[in-house]
Amino acid sequence: MSRDNILHKVRTALGRSVDQAPPPAPPARISVPSIGKEAKIESFLIRLQALAGKTHHVHSVGDALEYVRRVVDGRPAVASNAPLLAECGVTSLPSVRSGLTDRDELRALCSTAAVGITSADYCLADTGTLVMIASKDEARLISLLPPVHIAVVNADRMLSGLDELLETLPLPAEQSSSMVLITGPSRTADIEQTLVRGVHGPGEIHVVIIS
Amino acid sequence: MSATFDRKIHETVSNPELQLKIYTATGRLIEGRKSSISSDRLPEYEELRNQANSVKKHTIDNLDYYLEQFERNVAAHGGKVIYCKDGEEVADFVLGLAKEREARLIVKSKSMTTEELDFNERLEHHGLESVETDLGEYIIQLAHIRPFHIIAPALQMTRYDVADIFTKHLGVTETVITKQTQIARTILRDKFLAADIGVSGANFLVADSGAIVLVENEGNARLTTSAPKIHIAVAGIEKMIPRAQDLATFLKLLGRSATGQPLTVYTSFLSGPRRGEEIDGPDEFYVVLVDNGRTKLLADREKRESLHCIRCGACLNICPVYRKIGGHSFPWVYSGPIGAIITPQFMGPMHEPSLPFASSLCGACAEVCPVKIDIPKVLLELRADVKKAEKRDGQGKLERLAFRMWAWLMRHPRIYEMAGMMAGSLAPEATNGYIRAAPPLMNHGPIRGWLSQRDLPAPAQKSFRQMWRGR
Repeated sequence: MSRDNILHKVRTALGRSVDQAPPPAPPARISVPSIGKEAKIESFLIRLQALAGKTHHVHSVGDALEYVRRVVDGRPAVASNAPLLAECGVTSLPSVRSGLTDRDELRALCSTAAVGITSADYCLADTGTLVMIASKDEARLISLLPPVHIAVVNADRMLSGLDELLETLPLPAEQSSSMVLITGPSRTADIEQTLVRGVHGPGEIHVVIIS
Repeated sequence: MSATFDRKIHETVSNPELQLKIYTATGRLIEGRKSSISSDRLPEYEELRNQANSVKKHTIDNLDYYLEQFERNVAAHGGKVIYCKDGEEVADFVLGLAKEREARLIVKSKSMTTEELDFNERLEHHGLESVETDLGEYIIQLAHIRPFHIIAPALQMTRYDVADIFTKHLGVTETVITKQTQIARTILRDKFLAADIGVSGANFLVADSGAIVLVENEGNARLTTSAPKIHIAVAGIEKMIPRAQDLATFLKLLGRSATGQPLTVYTSFLSGPRRGEEIDGPDEFYVVLVDNGRTKLLADREKRESLHCIRCGACLNICPVYRKIGGHSFPWVYSGPIGAIITPQFMGPMHEPSLPFASSLCGACAEVCPVKIDIPKVLLELRADVKKAEKRDGQGKLERLAFRMWAWLMRHPRIYEMAGMMAGSLAPEATNGYIRAAPPLMNHGPIRGWLSQRDLPAPAQKSFRQMWRGR
């Protein structure tokens, strides 16, 4: 079997023996800056806008709903099961389907929907990133198949950056089979280094932050 | 130098349009990297490089430990690790699984490891359809050519080249880039939704999590790993890092070094099939760990650091040789300085003996390497390997004789000085301070060949020794 053979070759090459503990690894480098809440929100909005993401900062669930309603504009949409979306009333909009738990049904709907609506587990201020952890509330395909993605997020989910995320979640695999960081709309520059948005994922991304 | 290497270099160097494309594209990538790591944007850049270097060194030096830890953690999350010694074993595993699950269509996201293994060709040979979904990879798969660059596979092509390929293989003629992209999106969307298996690579294998990490901009890797019911990740054993927290170091370096992005659009951290109440995601998750020559390389202490590479492509962009001869002149799938150091170690020193010599040893590659691989040092080691192999094969006798004579001369200062004076008086006329050809009698064989590419500075009026004595 190749497994034992390869492991044996690795050990021989390195001069190590079976079950030999390694010397301690260099400590992981995690450095979390202390930044105020408002500054983090500000940074997030600027970073995402620079990547052609659309942002909207609101102070009530009603305003969040109003923004989502305007973007959806009666087009077919799929919303995730995140409690915040129901709280905002997004799931009650006429063209929005929500409450899906069956993979095949979800997939079929997402592949024809014009808009996918989700929340996010965290936002990363220094890069304008959404952190999406797959769960019963958040499916993977809602933020991926429809050409437009809207995320509605509470401002208390704002982290300074990758370091704070990995300090908060040192073992993301304990939470879920999938954690995805989304930084702006899908893009490619594979032909003549010319930027084209929306190649496989959504070409349009809207993030609504509720403070 | 093999005839193919020589021919491909000449083809690239003598094609002005191609030269311009390579210069423009690599130039943009160089600028992107430079501005993203500037001291006001990333003051901790050098600190991150040092950290990445020491973590990679530690991991590779204790790789067996982390492989086993990784394997246990993948299993704990319901996935499975398969070790394969080469491309044939990888193909056997995928074919066997496809047969059991009655799978016919595979969607693939970009992976240099699968390029190295001739993955698609092996599967297609057995009647499976394996479709590349990264836009650049899709284009070069249609055209049946190798990637030109580690991170920009179709770097050498214009929209008109793409239009020709689409006309020939898809029956649509389109020269507008946004529309070409839409055509690919539409065709590949159907493939994603119909595929039975998704095959990805892995930018990192995370030992403490049993997870793979994928970075990309298009979303095709997310679709590959989310839409089909089976996900297989194929990765070289050296992609390991110990902890999820190490991503705080590596992700900051990878995107910036590759394209100048602080983070790519999508970073996926995937561990096992969908769990419990998760709504979607694959039912089966496999990680295929590939040797394909890596264990052989591991045994060489001096050159082991070649396995620290995270495949950002920064060394290609900055390399004056890559920028002239392009990606397709290189004898294997990996090009540029990293290709020049790993190709001889995977394929043997005599696969293309002149490869480690095709470098000015300027050191630009080592300067930009985010994990600080000393590429010029490894190149020198590899040059020595080629010379040893030549000696073993009874080649290079003339060169060895010349260097023995040179060494003898260097040890005898009086004779050296006399020889210097003789060479000076015999030297042909210099033009503008340089000798451009040997005197007619000597202008043959290796001397002619050597001077055909190089100019010698004209000998000084007075040698250093003469000046020293006359001070």
